Amino acid sequence: MMESTILTWIIFLPLIAIPIILAVPEEKKRAIRLIATLASALPLLLGIYLLIIFDSSNTGIQFQHHFIWIRSFNIEYFVGVDGLSILLVFLTALITFIAAIASWGIDRKIRGYFSLFLLLETGMLGTFCALDFFLFYVFWEVMLLPMYFLIGIWGGPRKEYAAIKFFLYTLFGSLLMLVALLALYFNSNPTTLIDGTPAEHTFNIVKLIQENDFSTAAPLLGFEFTKIIFVLLFIGFAIKIPMVPFHTWLPDAHVEAPTPISVILAGILLKMGGYGILRINFGILPEATIWAAPAMALLGGISIVYAAFVCMAQKDLKKLIAYSSVSHMGFVLLGMAAFTNQGITGAVLQMWTHGLISPMLFLLAGVIYDRAHHREIDGFGGLAYQMPEYTGVLGLAFMASLGLPGLAGFISEILVFLGAFPVYRVITIFSALTLIITAAYYLWALQRMFLGKLNDKYSNLPDLTWRERFTLYPLGVLIVILGIYPIPTLNLITTTLVSMIQNFRV
Amino acid sequence: MTFDQITLISPQIVLSIGIMAVLLLGILWKNPEAARKYTALISILFLLFTVLVSIAMHKTGDISNLLRFDTFTRFFLLFALCCAVLTIILASQSREISARRFPEFTALLLTIVIGISLMAAAEDLLMAYLAMEMVSLSSYILTGFKKTHRISHEAALKYVIFGGVASGIMVFGMSLLYGLAGTTSFSGIAKIFLDSGSVVNAGSETVILLATIVALIMVFTGIFFKIAAVPFHMWCPDVYQGAPTPFTGFLSVAPKAAGFAFMLRFVSILLPQANEELKTALLAILGLISAATMTLGNFTAINQMNVKRLLAYSSIAHAGYLLMGVTVLDQVGFNAVVLYLAIYLFMNLGAFAVVQIVADTLGSEDISAFRGLGYRMPLAAVSLGVFLFSLAGIPPLAGFIGKFYLFAALIKEGGFWYILLAMIGILNSVVALFYYTRILKEMYLRGLEIESPLQLNWVHSGILTVAMAAMIFLGLYWEPLSKLVSTAVGTLSLL
Repeated sequence: MMESTILTWIIFLPLIAIPIILAVPEEKKRAIRLIATLASALPLLLGIYLLIIFDSSNTGIQFQHHFIWIRSFNIEYFVGVDGLSILLVFLTALITFIAAIASWGIDRKIRGYFSLFLLLETGMLGTFCALDFFLFYVFWEVMLLPMYFLIGIWGGPRKEYAAIKFFLYTLFGSLLMLVALLALYFNSNPTTLIDGTPAEHTFNIVKLIQENDFSTAAPLLGFEFTKIIFVLLFIGFAIKIPMVPFHTWLPDAHVEAPTPISVILAGILLKMGGYGILRINFGILPEATIWAAPAMALLGGISIVYAAFVCMAQKDLKKLIAYSSVSHMGFVLLGMAAFTNQGITGAVLQMWTHGLISPMLFLLAGVIYDRAHHREIDGFGGLAYQMPEYTGVLGLAFMASLGLPGLAGFISEILVFLGAFPVYRVITIFSALTLIITAAYYLWALQRMFLGKLNDKYSNLPDLTWRERFTLYPLGVLIVILGIYPIPTLNLITTTLVSMIQNFRV
Repeated sequence: MTFDQITLISPQIVLSIGIMAVLLLGILWKNPEAARKYTALISILFLLFTVLVSIAMHKTGDISNLLRFDTFTRFFLLFALCCAVLTIILASQSREISARRFPEFTALLLTIVIGISLMAAAEDLLMAYLAMEMVSLSSYILTGFKKTHRISHEAALKYVIFGGVASGIMVFGMSLLYGLAGTTSFSGIAKIFLDSGSVVNAGSETVILLATIVALIMVFTGIFFKIAAVPFHMWCPDVYQGAPTPFTGFLSVAPKAAGFAFMLRFVSILLPQANEELKTALLAILGLISAATMTLGNFTAINQMNVKRLLAYSSIAHAGYLLMGVTVLDQVGFNAVVLYLAIYLFMNLGAFAVVQIVADTLGSEDISAFRGLGYRMPLAAVSLGVFLFSLAGIPPLAGFIGKFYLFAALIKEGGFWYILLAMIGILNSVVALFYYTRILKEMYLRGLEIESPLQLNWVHSGILTVAMAAMIFLGLYWEPLSKLVSTAVGTLSLL
């Protein structure tokens, strides 16, 4: 297989920019912002190049970079992408770049802000690329530190509470993952490292998938090995998704986080849970996955329905979007639990489309907050007359999110429904009916904010600025294109995903 | 005593000369500030020279079956030397230790270093006891070193009383073991279990087993006191708070490591001969104490307002984590313990160094004194952040590697109790993160408006940078350290 360092460059380019940023004096704000934006633009350019040269007919790992890191513990540096992760790597680079532009509005302690921001980007890209379980865990955890500070320092009034809640919740989940990781390691078969030296155990995810069958491993704490490991990993990932009932950190984190960080949180961090389940749980523990599938579908369905109803009651625009994220990420769980071609493709596509739509929604919530300094849905009215362009873009994002045909959200949701219906009829019917609720809360919010009589307080709000256009339009265009012509995107992922679930068919 | 044996203890000899030199030279300078500066310099030179000697003259051998000098001993000697160098540098900058009495402080610190190296070397109960008392006595004095502070005296007195009781119990246990084995050497004691079947009539094995377990628990009491494990931890917060901060840092690391060194060598000699019942008993005691120690340490730390007390409870919790590794009773577990200790050295000393700097500049050790530190003293705050996250075990910092090895040892062993202990450890890590972030919150999330920068001198900046770099480097590439540790532990006679 061909070695390539392109992924390593993508992952670590943002990190390299941190010392440069720290070397610039705090007063030169423009320079700092430019460097940071450039540092997040480079991975995006490389990501586009990656998409172009990616071979979608190959189900294996591509662009891998592989060498031994810690020989005494058989830990390797191993990165690579396949059909499962390619879209997410690109999405991460894209959303981070957009968030970097949106961060130009940040005015306090920007050196620290952009350093943490770029560290976060390295962590996220690394998580999607890592194929050594230890490396994956390190990248996964590296994201926690910058996120804590980004919410905690630059966040809203309840930032301290939100930041620590996010931190503790995620750490708890990832420590469970640590136990599972070690248990899998010590039960793995002898194999060889990349240079051919024999190794007693391995962290290599590809080898854990291909060369190991954990169904005969000794029970853990009295439970069947594969099942308990599945549950430990699943809780860790479900917290990130976030799945009901582990979702309570999300509304707090979203509401308090500054706009660009909300964008990253919704656009990328939530996808890690879904990605982790597909990569690790599906790959390494297929039998336990089949065992747990009905529960996953049910929990996914509950997330969809419950969060949608919670949305109806929200008064804060950002909180509404946050809960809608919980609802939409439920589709990912439902889709993947069906083990059908459409289901799993829909699940991954849903991660990608939600990764485009929800950042747009949060950016739009940020726009109105910057102008009015509050986000109360009922506090506005008639904004359509005052900010026509904003209203149009927001309408597009709302429609995309509620699954209007012709926009991106529709494609992935319909695929999930098609895939899940034959397997989980009742859950799918309830989930599909929830779309009415989704339409209701979006349209109701639209009506309250933009129609009716203009609130006099806001009679001089300016419409979108160029910087905001620059962040919103690319996403809008992608959403439209994807909604009309999704085939190229689907081609990228289908081959890998279909081969992944071949053995799952009952 | 042959020449060979003298070369074995040459590092200790050099250190002893150093102690006398420091005391004598301390009198020579009339100017106290000069005395402080030069004694610091001279003692550091002596310590570095000892490092050289211990590496250059390294040999393996015994002295009269009392002391064993091998790679393990040398590892802990180097550990203590490293601790002492950092402590002396920090103490030379501290306002808590008057310049006039600095030579005295240094001399006492060096005696502790000798004591620690002997504790790691001891292969006889009597020797171990003497070495441990050597460490304890100097520690009592140094704890009460701030003559004019009531709190310092109270701490010293508490320490003496607790220490006296603990070492009394320990000596009693040792005498019981002597009665059972007819010898005080570790290897002789290990033979109790071999002979028990043949010497006495049938049925008495149980009695001997019980007696041995009771005696061992008593001996371990002394060790548990030294490492501040529950329920022998009560002295710890008061002593840490009362002692001069540079010494608190030293106390939280070096004697704890020495306690573990003694325990590891003792257990490793006992273990190969021990029967299953004894192993189970040992495991149950260690496991229980480990779980209790980390849980109590972490939960009590949550509500502390004084940073030194908070770190004291955190160091109690860390003794619990370390004991997890001992319960595994094999090479992998011991490796993890020693590796963790090596990492713990930098992160804990580093954390106390920042506390000292803040306390000296702002005159308070309360968490509220740290408000806005991230914007007033960026380097100190960043490094404290690194140390605290490392203590909490967040990658890619070295503390995570330490925890990773400990958990790995438990999970490798498998079995219900080990996994349960690992789970308790993991829940504890979440709690620990909560109270570490209380300090971080104060430093970064609050006080953004404070605009009065504080000065940091170059000595402090240097030390913090080095310790912080060590945390990051060891977190990313710890292969050399883990090799070093496994060679050191490899010399213990484990099965």
